[in-house]
Amino acid sequence: MDLKTLTYIVVFGSFAMYFGIAWWARAGSTSEFYAAGGGVGPLANGMAIGADWMSAASFISMAGLIAFLGYGGSVFLMGWTGGYVLLAMLLAPYLRKHGKFTVPEFIGDRYYSKSARVVAVVCLIIASLTYVIGQMKGVGVAFSRFLDVQYDNGLYIGMGVVWVYAVMGGMKGITYTQIAQYCVLIFAYTVPAVFISLHLTGNPIPQLGLGSTMADGSGMYLLDKLDLVVTDLGFKEYTTAKLGNGINMFAYTLSLMVGTAGLPHVIMRFFTVPSVKAARASAGYALVFICLLYTVAPAVGAMARLNLMNTIEPSPGQNLVYEERPQWFKDWEKTGLLQFEDKNGDGKIQYTADKDTNEMVKVDRDIMVLANPAIANLPNWVIALVAAGGLAAALSTAAGLLLAISSSISHDLMKGVLTPDLTEKSELLASRIIMTVAIMVAGYLGLNPPGFAAGTVALAFGLAASSLFPALMMGIFSKKISGPAAVAGMCAGIGVTMFYVFQHKGIMFVPGTAFLGDMKPNWFMGISPNAFGIVGAIVNFITAFVVTKITGDAPEEIQHMVDNFRIPMGAGAAAADH
Amino acid sequence: MSNNQEYWSANLRLITICLSIWFVVSYGFGLLLVDQLNTIRIGGYKLGFWFAQQGAMYVFLILVFYYGHAMNKLDKKFGVQE
Repeated sequence: MDLKTLTYIVVFGSFAMYFGIAWWARAGSTSEFYAAGGGVGPLANGMAIGADWMSAASFISMAGLIAFLGYGGSVFLMGWTGGYVLLAMLLAPYLRKHGKFTVPEFIGDRYYSKSARVVAVVCLIIASLTYVIGQMKGVGVAFSRFLDVQYDNGLYIGMGVVWVYAVMGGMKGITYTQIAQYCVLIFAYTVPAVFISLHLTGNPIPQLGLGSTMADGSGMYLLDKLDLVVTDLGFKEYTTAKLGNGINMFAYTLSLMVGTAGLPHVIMRFFTVPSVKAARASAGYALVFICLLYTVAPAVGAMARLNLMNTIEPSPGQNLVYEERPQWFKDWEKTGLLQFEDKNGDGKIQYTADKDTNEMVKVDRDIMVLANPAIANLPNWVIALVAAGGLAAALSTAAGLLLAISSSISHDLMKGVLTPDLTEKSELLASRIIMTVAIMVAGYLGLNPPGFAAGTVALAFGLAASSLFPALMMGIFSKKISGPAAVAGMCAGIGVTMFYVFQHKGIMFVPGTAFLGDMKPNWFMGISPNAFGIVGAIVNFITAFVVTKITGDAPEEIQHMVDNFRIPMGAGAAAADH
Repeated sequence: MSNNQEYWSANLRLITICLSIWFVVSYGFGLLLVDQLNTIRIGGYKLGFWFAQQGAMYVFLILVFYYGHAMNKLDKKFGVQE
């Protein structure tokens, strides 16, 4: 069977499965729509968090980033896993104990203020929408590369699939679909990695293969070989190459960690478990499922880089003749993501760090994971599986984000503030309509990225880190922080972060409006805009403390409420009113 | 101090210990001390590089499970379990 037919069967087979699950687990009440009825076990919830969390960025982009950044890529590995330690210890158990549906609802209760709730809704929408655009783009790209569907049409199909199962199933449908999606994506990620590790090092476990010797009989360690190959061509040494300066790597990692703990679509998942104990446990299981992919990713990155280098220059000075290039090379050239230009006219491919002699004028980082199975000569069904895995990663994250957006509008803005006498039935209808609108907005922005989508995912973390995380953490660990203080803190935190990003990347990312330009010399202490969230978070904390000194402490009954959610005793299922 | 306050301070002590380890393995070993640790090798890995791309994540996992386990015991000890 040819690759295209096989890919169609695997991809549409997986879609049919998601639809089936969504129909079986469709939501009938607001409790089921927002929190899956509070009946999801910790293991199942951990798996759902894994799929919710691992987006197109984790599946497609991360290993490619690591392949080209080397050691510098560690910020993504540590940043996107270390946040779960913060989540498990600082937020999840207490938010679960408080027992409400949404993040803004908790903030509104703790800070006894509708304006705090509305500010939280705005922060949530800014962070989640930035994030969802990246997913929509991922869906369009995956379709256009694997199924020969145009980018636009691929995006429409993706919107349709998410619409069917997210709008029908709500949190309940999304949860069970995400469990299936996790299985698809982890299988699709590890199978090629195992084959490649076995081929290169003789060790089938990629985490060990990365630290093993080469199977080519040279007795050389794989990482030493990679260091040698890349430095010979003038690139930075793989295992020590830094990302910017030390402060930038530190700030970047911290921003990603704090942002991970502050992203509402992940926090929301902790409202679906039956108890505080289960909330702690599901953070652990989630991290297991996430680390299954994240500890494999550095091996995928390093091995893909080595394979690429070896293909182009099998031994020093023996460069690949362009006319003899392998089939995958030709396939990716067609997409424009891989480009060769014969600068010295010798018909051979030279790939070096020197811009003047380098003939691989474009090697898109995103192709590393997708092209990996073909580079390693794996069978067609593995390639079809990788396509389905990439789509599962993008769709599951998009669904979680869309639910976070729609519930914050229907539950917090409408039911909570604007029209409190909304019946449960109309609230349910409202959140379905809002989700439909949110999908269309996300699709529109995915089709018309005003230079927007590139790099927006990392930005979403900065926005969540600087606004929601500090408000939540202070609400739990300090009894005194007052309502006005939280509002001022969130506004100052997200404001500073957005200001920094806009002055370097352009106002609303419109090119030409960046008044400081995207220039390293202008970066504050060498911190890149993507890594700035942690500075915003510090501004948030300080502002809230100062304003509390001015306004006075939170009232007595709020302090009692804090005492109450600090202990697990008396937790019921998440509910709107009790 | 009341029972609940004692429970809360025990929790805060536990969090402080866990987050100190969290900080040391990632920011300490993986970033700040990476050059020094890279002089030590385990197999093909330089140790600092291993912490940044593998080791820190394994320690994170242990920490989250240990914290959950220790908190369940604290819940029972102070009689505040669900």
